Amino acid sequence: MTDEAPRPYTLIAELTYRCPLGCAYCSNPLELSAGADAELATAEWERVFTEAAGLGVLQVNLTGGEPLVRRDLEALVAAARKRELYVNLITSGIPADADRLARLAAAGLDSLQLSVQDVDPSGATWIAGRADDDAKKATAAAVRALGLPLTLNVVLHRGNIGRVPELVDLAEALGANRLELANTQYLGWALANREALLPAAAAIETARAQAAAARERLRGRMEILFVRPDYYTDRPRACMDGWARRYILVTPDGVALPCHQARAITTLTWENVRDRSLAAIWSDGPGFRAFRGEDWMPAPCRTCDERATDFGGCRCQAFALAGDAAATDPACALAPRHDLVRDARAAAETAPAGQAPVRLRRLRQPS
Amino acid sequence: MIQRGTRVSLARHARLRDDPRSGKPVLLAPERALELNATGARIAVLCGGEPTVGEIVDRLIAETDGNLPAAQIETEVLSFLRALEDRGLLIARGP
Repeated sequence: MTDEAPRPYTLIAELTYRCPLGCAYCSNPLELSAGADAELATAEWERVFTEAAGLGVLQVNLTGGEPLVRRDLEALVAAARKRELYVNLITSGIPADADRLARLAAAGLDSLQLSVQDVDPSGATWIAGRADDDAKKATAAAVRALGLPLTLNVVLHRGNIGRVPELVDLAEALGANRLELANTQYLGWALANREALLPAAAAIETARAQAAAARERLRGRMEILFVRPDYYTDRPRACMDGWARRYILVTPDGVALPCHQARAITTLTWENVRDRSLAAIWSDGPGFRAFRGEDWMPAPCRTCDERATDFGGCRCQAFALAGDAAATDPACALAPRHDLVRDARAAAETAPAGQAPVRLRRLRQPS
Repeated sequence: MIQRGTRVSLARHARLRDDPRSGKPVLLAPERALELNATGARIAVLCGGEPTVGEIVDRLIAETDGNLPAAQIETEVLSFLRALEDRGLLIARGP
């Protein structure tokens, strides 16, 4: 493929895999090998920001793990802002520290996205290993006091999908500008825990209707986003707005990827920003080129009317479920292996109520 | 509903900057980058003075020297501001 690479708009900077939480649906890879000593240093991230801005990136999401564990976070915010990037911090809000948030705001932070695991402490402990209501409330209050926009992000699954009205109430009470009610997508840790997490169809429909009603009621005051799991949409989701098309992700140890999960595709080769410039990796890195555009598409995708809308869905899901990253995304009802998704849905219909055992996300301890 | 008497300003978290690639103004917000056309950019700048919608319309009519019908300008301004409000990028006060 000789086409010029498209322009990326957003850099997802995974600053660390260290995290106080252990969410059973974490988007970090299952093999969390990068400990603190492997993480990119301040100056290396500064270079990544410069190179990203040079490629046309306008937004940076500082995420993790928990980015607050980086002691140089203030310097990183300032460095990104200096390059005129719109700086979003994606955090669990733990530990809550109003002084630190004030320093981050002074450094140029544009907005903050706070994760909320559940309104019910027992549900939060089940899914994340601990409940931190007070820290979340204190973080939200500090963010609002600083005048920064606050997004609340709730990952929905069988354990909390029945509490959408309470989650909306919480978002209102915390003064959120935006509430993301995003169902788990079943990759990585979430796939490992799918049996315990995937909701039944009726629960998703009820939650969607509740979110729609809240959206109408709060129009102009709070934006509410609801995302269904792609297991229930019959067409694949436009994962990352297309492979290597709009987003670049850099892992804590410097690997450049087109999405959170791509490193799990063991048939692809990935490069490190310590070895090559981000621009070079983006334009001709073999992993980035593998599924860019439409040349890779199998039937029925290659002639599908929706291929410019969904970009052929999620390559990581094709690899994880069908064993072939170039296969049609099994979330699509037209996919040869849609049976894999249909079976998971059928299992969710008959799953017993209550908190099934989950494997919490843990950073591998150095041996 | 936004109307002529409504006083408007950009949401505090919306940041207007020039896109170095296209040279065009772009409005940035969490998870968003909206490329604006010339009229949209002008409206966004005018919003800095917390005008009423009517004041924006009158200003644009004056700036286009009557080359565009006033009704068309008003429709454009209202639809642009309502689109911003739907995305949480506008603060609207008053009637």
